[in-house]
Amino acid sequence: MKKFLPLIIFAALCLVPLMDLSSYVMHILILVLMWSVIGMAWNILGGYTGQVSFGHAAFFGFGAYTAGLLYYHLEISAWWGIPGCVIILTALSLVVGYICLRLRGAYFALATLALGEICRVATENLVDFTQGNLGIMLRERTWVDKTWYFYIILLIAAGTYVLIKVVMESKLGYYFVAIREDQDAAESLGIDTTFYKTISLCLSGVLTGIAGAFFMNYMGYIDPGVVFPLYDISITIVMVVMVGGAATYWGPIVGAVIMVFLAEEIRSIPYIGAAHMTIFGVILILIILFLPNGIVGDFRKLMKPFKRKREATS
Amino acid sequence: MSLIEVKDVTMQFGGLAAVADVSFVLNKGEILGLIGPNGAGKTTLFNVINGFYRPTKGDVYLKGKRVTNLRPHVLCKLGVARTFQVVKPLQRMSTLDNVVASAFIRTKTKAEAEKVSLEVLKFTDLYDDMNVLSKGLPLGKRKRLEIARALATQPEIILLDEAFAGLNPTEINEQIEIVKKIRTERGITILIIEHHMRVIMAVSDRIVVLNYGQKIAEGTPSEIGHNPAVIEAYLGEETGA
Repeated sequence: MKKFLPLIIFAALCLVPLMDLSSYVMHILILVLMWSVIGMAWNILGGYTGQVSFGHAAFFGFGAYTAGLLYYHLEISAWWGIPGCVIILTALSLVVGYICLRLRGAYFALATLALGEICRVATENLVDFTQGNLGIMLRERTWVDKTWYFYIILLIAAGTYVLIKVVMESKLGYYFVAIREDQDAAESLGIDTTFYKTISLCLSGVLTGIAGAFFMNYMGYIDPGVVFPLYDISITIVMVVMVGGAATYWGPIVGAVIMVFLAEEIRSIPYIGAAHMTIFGVILILIILFLPNGIVGDFRKLMKPFKRKREATS
Repeated sequence: MSLIEVKDVTMQFGGLAAVADVSFVLNKGEILGLIGPNGAGKTTLFNVINGFYRPTKGDVYLKGKRVTNLRPHVLCKLGVARTFQVVKPLQRMSTLDNVVASAFIRTKTKAEAEKVSLEVLKFTDLYDDMNVLSKGLPLGKRKRLEIARALATQPEIILLDEAFAGLNPTEINEQIEIVKKIRTERGITILIIEHHMRVIMAVSDRIVVLNYGQKIAEGTPSEIGHNPAVIEAYLGEETGA
């Protein structure tokens, strides 16, 4: 049963557009799937390989701008951004990896934090190339209806899930986790830590970039403040994974569901809504204190009080 | 035939020479003991041989080839494995996965890596613990896990850094058997750092003695046991000589 659960969920999601849901609900579902992809991508680097990044907005934004600039300068469909960003993001990851991955722990996190901000400021100022704060707008989106967007992001999400599953069951996966647990031990066991950390970063960066390229196509408009922000992207990615559970297959997906719904719900509450970031902060603190492995990682712990109650009543 | 040759190695940390002009040869098939009081530079020398440190002066040769500035993972690929004095298990991985992760260096598929690992776990008597998370293992078993991981890389040479420290007498005897078996059954050459005189005298063919970073003696266990410089530096009380 457990083995088929991903397939069942995938099949169920395939049927969702047939239910004739409102365009708002479809939008939320698309966002959930997109954040799942981003969360899973971050999880490769931050969860499995243990290199926490606070700058994934850089990869997301690079993906989005790859799609946007291909459209703007070359006047080809922005969908070319998805294959295009595989190349661009691999290149970016190699450069970033070469510079940052020699750093360990907190220093790596700080370097990535700077990276995200550098990308935002650079995009704002390279007006000739990126249109700066004017942003890039698609004259018309491919489809008005959301159905196809839903299927595309569903396919990307399913592909990401399968890819991660395959990677984590292979030599690469063992090496990633070994690096997380102890870099010196990993090194002396014959693992080229710098090389494998770079691979992890490339995988993570490319997948995040694909989500970014999808975002460009789906939203039809991007500017530096939308795709490179520290809070709305970089920090939210970390939250999605931490809430759901780092280094678990389902953590980022559960995290994405919770965070997107929560964001929508809280935003619609009058007065408090504007403070949704504050509320997220409080949630993150509570999660770190009581469920350090996230909802998926600490699922048993989470279920404990309910089980005891049931036993007491029966 | 010499497998590893350490030639005039000096390792300087600031003004302190942790290792000064040390030379010795590790021959194929032997067990060479490396002893010395605390702070004599034994582990530093290991880190130089293993590639964690670049020596300030001098060179290390593996089968006649200079390997001084190679990184640890390259040396591992060339057949030099090591264990750590302060054990470094991959904590949130099971015992089996710990060994599998290191077996991957010479195997391609997961099935092959697991086959190698299971055999190594049997060899080191950890087979029954293979599904335990390695942070839950008692120290004795963690020390053995270090050896198991090193063996899984299928090395020619193993550097054992205090694989006996903190073990009780029964565990020490088991460990001695394992170390001897590594050579007799697998033909692996061993360089071993140890504080326990009983252990080092029992397993070594030859012993190199360090004190304050300098090599003060080299010879068979009985020669070392009677060497006045060694007795003065280190063995004095224990042998009562």
